[in-house]
Amino acid sequence: MMKRDECLKVLARHRKDEVVAAVWKAAHEWIHISPGDLNYTFVGAMGQGASHALGLALARPDKRIIVLDGDGSLLMNLGCLVTIANVAPRNFIHCLCENGIYETNGGVAIPGAGRVSFSGLAREAGYPRVYEFSFLGDWERELGRILKEDGPIFIDLKVEPGEDYPENFRRLYSIEHREAFRRALKNA
Amino acid sequence: MDQPLSADEIVREVKRAGVRFVVALPDRLTSEHLLKPLLSNPDFRVVQVCKEDEGLSICSGLYAGGERSLLLIQYTGLLDSMNALSRIGVEGQNPVCMMVGLLGKEPGLPPAQSKRYGLRIVAPILEVMGIEHLLIESPLDVSKIAPAIERAYANSMPVALLIGREPR
Repeated sequence: MMKRDECLKVLARHRKDEVVAAVWKAAHEWIHISPGDLNYTFVGAMGQGASHALGLALARPDKRIIVLDGDGSLLMNLGCLVTIANVAPRNFIHCLCENGIYETNGGVAIPGAGRVSFSGLAREAGYPRVYEFSFLGDWERELGRILKEDGPIFIDLKVEPGEDYPENFRRLYSIEHREAFRRALKNA
Repeated sequence: MDQPLSADEIVREVKRAGVRFVVALPDRLTSEHLLKPLLSNPDFRVVQVCKEDEGLSICSGLYAGGERSLLLIQYTGLLDSMNALSRIGVEGQNPVCMMVGLLGKEPGLPPAQSKRYGLRIVAPILEVMGIEHLLIESPLDVSKIAPAIERAYANSMPVALLIGREPR
């Protein structure tokens, strides 16, 4: 099991000009760990992060899009795995922060915690490349290579909470920041 | 009122509005003459989704990336997407342009007067949500499509184009 923020710090060190779409806890942490205008946090409704990211990937096939999804979120929109695999965007990297709980909503376990295989679901949905990481050293060693592969890629990160980061939903869903994102992406 | 809706003219209007992506879940009213031809139309890329709220999010991502899109669904899918529509569409100020088939609507009758409960509630719900909606049922209505899509993008707000009869 990895600390989520440690995991995200590894990704931040490897990040070049990728767009990162993040949801919930990962989003609160990501905007501190890797700040910048190419962070898309304007998902608005639970479960929808990967679908927003698919729209971004279709609009900008020249840019790599990384999604930082949650397991409770993905359970709300499992069909997106089929949709994404069917579209098969080469610039799409789907990172799942699997903590087994609804962390923002009281820490209750997700249905099927410890039994459901998210990487199995992604593989059977048709993602051609699927990875699982439980150890930070493995993640650090493999990430650079994975980021060079063609997508869609699914990466199941087995995480637990790390340090506390401030929650700021107003910032995550801010129209001002969304417009800054649109401008930055247009010029990227 | 008895003149049929032209599917070709609807497609031309959508293209005139600068739409390149159609995000769709098959609707019996529009599948045969709108969606099926769109699947092989080189002017459009069709993205098939498993659920309508997923489509709404894809349209929002496309907007953030600088592309225009149309979400082609049935009214049942619209009703199923209320949370996404309110949070992402309205509060998130995303110009999601929805073409919504009113399957089973009685010809010539306004949707709000339909005998079918599910159809009757569509327009009032959109009104409460502050979402512009237009009934597209007669050939004269078709020319309203491109301006409605333009308004949605100008105002960064969703719009619902309610298809009242089967386009042919």
